[in-house]
Amino acid sequence: MITTLITGLVLGGTYALVAMGLTLQYGISRIMNLAYGEILIFAAFAAFLLFSTLGINPILGLAIVLPVAFFFGYVIYGVMMQPLVTRSSKSGTLEVDSILATFGLLFVIQGAMLVVFGSNYTSYNFLNTGINVLGANVAANRLLAFALAVIIGATLFFVLTRTRWGTTIRAIAVNPNAAPLVGIDVTRTARFAFALGTTLAASGGVMISMYQTFNASMGVVFTMKALVIVIMGGLGNLMGALVAGLLLGVVETLVATYVDPGLTLAATYLIFLGVLLWKPAGLFGKAAGR
Amino acid sequence: MTLFSRRSALRAIGLAATLLASVGVAAVSAQDRTSVKIGYAISKTGANAGGAGITTLPNYQLWVHEVNEAGGLEMPDGTRLPIEVIEYDDRSASEEVVRAVERLATQDQVDFILPPWGTGFNLAVAPLFDRFGYPQLAVSSVTDKAPEFVERWNKSFWMLGGGHDYTEALAEILTAQKEAGTINNDVAVISVADGFGIDLITAARQSFADAGINIAYDVTYPVGTTDFTPMLNEAAASGADTFVAFSYPPDTFALTQQAQVAAYNPKVLYLGVGVGFPVYAANNGDKIEGIMSLGGIDVNNQAVMDYRARHTDFIGQAPDWWGSVVTYNSLQMLEEAIKRRGLDREAVSEELSTGTFETVLGEVKLEDNQLRTLWFGGQWQDGNFVAVAPLTAKAQLRPSCPRPPGPRSKAATHPLNLMFSVSSPRRGGGRGGALDYSMQY
Repeated sequence: MITTLITGLVLGGTYALVAMGLTLQYGISRIMNLAYGEILIFAAFAAFLLFSTLGINPILGLAIVLPVAFFFGYVIYGVMMQPLVTRSSKSGTLEVDSILATFGLLFVIQGAMLVVFGSNYTSYNFLNTGINVLGANVAANRLLAFALAVIIGATLFFVLTRTRWGTTIRAIAVNPNAAPLVGIDVTRTARFAFALGTTLAASGGVMISMYQTFNASMGVVFTMKALVIVIMGGLGNLMGALVAGLLLGVVETLVATYVDPGLTLAATYLIFLGVLLWKPAGLFGKAAGR
Repeated sequence: MTLFSRRSALRAIGLAATLLASVGVAAVSAQDRTSVKIGYAISKTGANAGGAGITTLPNYQLWVHEVNEAGGLEMPDGTRLPIEVIEYDDRSASEEVVRAVERLATQDQVDFILPPWGTGFNLAVAPLFDRFGYPQLAVSSVTDKAPEFVERWNKSFWMLGGGHDYTEALAEILTAQKEAGTINNDVAVISVADGFGIDLITAARQSFADAGINIAYDVTYPVGTTDFTPMLNEAAASGADTFVAFSYPPDTFALTQQAQVAAYNPKVLYLGVGVGFPVYAANNGDKIEGIMSLGGIDVNNQAVMDYRARHTDFIGQAPDWWGSVVTYNSLQMLEEAIKRRGLDREAVSEELSTGTFETVLGEVKLEDNQLRTLWFGGQWQDGNFVAVAPLTAKAQLRPSCPRPPGPRSKAATHPLNLMFSVSSPRRGGGRGGALDYSMQY
């Protein structure tokens, strides 16, 4: 039973890590980024390239990939999202517009990856050794992803709720129209949150590349999973994403062990449905100030 | 009555169109043509791109390149015509592949159409190939229903066997190992809940039952599962010496890694699609020693090894160890049939069906439009994924079990000489004696 729980928590760590960037982008910048999974996969390819050609290990690779991802997110927001945000201040259609725009972006990034990396399955082995945690054998790379998820989730949650800067970010999430009245630069803050989300996506991609097979067409799988977790956890709430991710991981593992591996997806969506019926704003919906 | 007359009018128009089209084709082939148009629709993007990009597309590219290097396809009169390729991306959507094939036949009016990747896609386009009179050399499709399909579509050719072929070959190996006292009678099986997994597990349940092998653990998992730890733990707890997974490539890769992490070392480890991919060996090094899967290559066949080298040179990556060489073989058959009979599709189909061909696999002759002289099981031995099944074939290499308990053990290659005779009844024609090709080196 303990083995199962630990396996589930570690799996959930991956889910949480993948979801946290999206919750920032959707919850705070209000950009429903459908190209989220593609950015993640792109980072995975980058980590693979650094590892296989330059011999840079993926953890050091984070130091290269993450700043690039931040810059990329910053530019994308400025070039693609800014005009939409400006336009939608009158029409209020930012969600729909951003969905359409990022849907296009999805294909651009995917196409670029297909050209550069081809369509093959890619994977490499790094830190694929068993570590004994309370009697359960857990892969070191997954454990690392779990730790990273918990650290990022806890740190950002603390920053968002306890610091002045975090309050600023939450302010634009709650009421982007009123935020300028108290001297908040909405554009700059939203842009920063979006870039931060991209960075988190990239960190998820790098971690996942260590233990999961990926190819250029796989991004949408991650976007879907992340979306489920983000909505379950409550938009823009990092702690929510963390808890929801871990919960999904544990439930999937429990179902796979004690019921039937074929029902893991059904269990995922059953919980999703349950949460939506019981708390439509997500598990931690209120905590984000909505 | 109106309906009737309208229908007959439509029929007349259809007939007229068909006749005109055939006249058109005849007219084209009679005139001086400068090239042979060959078209195909393939998954360059989407979920199937990973498989198509390894087994199918590189071989199409390699073959076209080699033919054109040699001056083109040879015609019966000795002249050569270069191949002109028309390629569509079906984006891994079955509607798209159907539309693209229809377009190739009606608008582009290509001379031959190469089949798409995947069992489902080949079935989706089979009626079209049949309706427009194109031979369909379906390679990347594993189906037990091939004899029925051949009856329904007489220009369809099925080159990779059916699920039962593979599971019977596996049951054969397991029975032999069991009799040798290497493994117990229990097997743990997991399978992906999708086309390939469903076909194979259905066949395996029957093959194992026929062979008296007990399935101790039998579950299916959904496509996209990434964490197999619970299943591996349960399989280990079941006490089975054999672990079998009818898995897709990402699952196969994950299973390999996670079995290492969980220190799970079944005596026989048999995994699904992906074991034969070049990346598999590259990533896992010598930890893959002894792992079995579908397919396999006769490493003593120089022609096959030459082909592998040319493929690696031109494409920049090695071919897989299962379907690639069969795909290439099918193209060589087409090339030879065109050389013998010209561009008349009817005649080429007949030639493919009845002729004997010298290809990379040796001397090949189809039985009831199916390639039956295939390798149904392989095993990683010393860096090569060698063919070890069917045992009845006179392959020189034998499955070696149990697989080494840990990495870097070189003790794996002592062959257990399992000389015993197996007579497994086969549906759909039987294998027709010993394998014709390639094993007598």
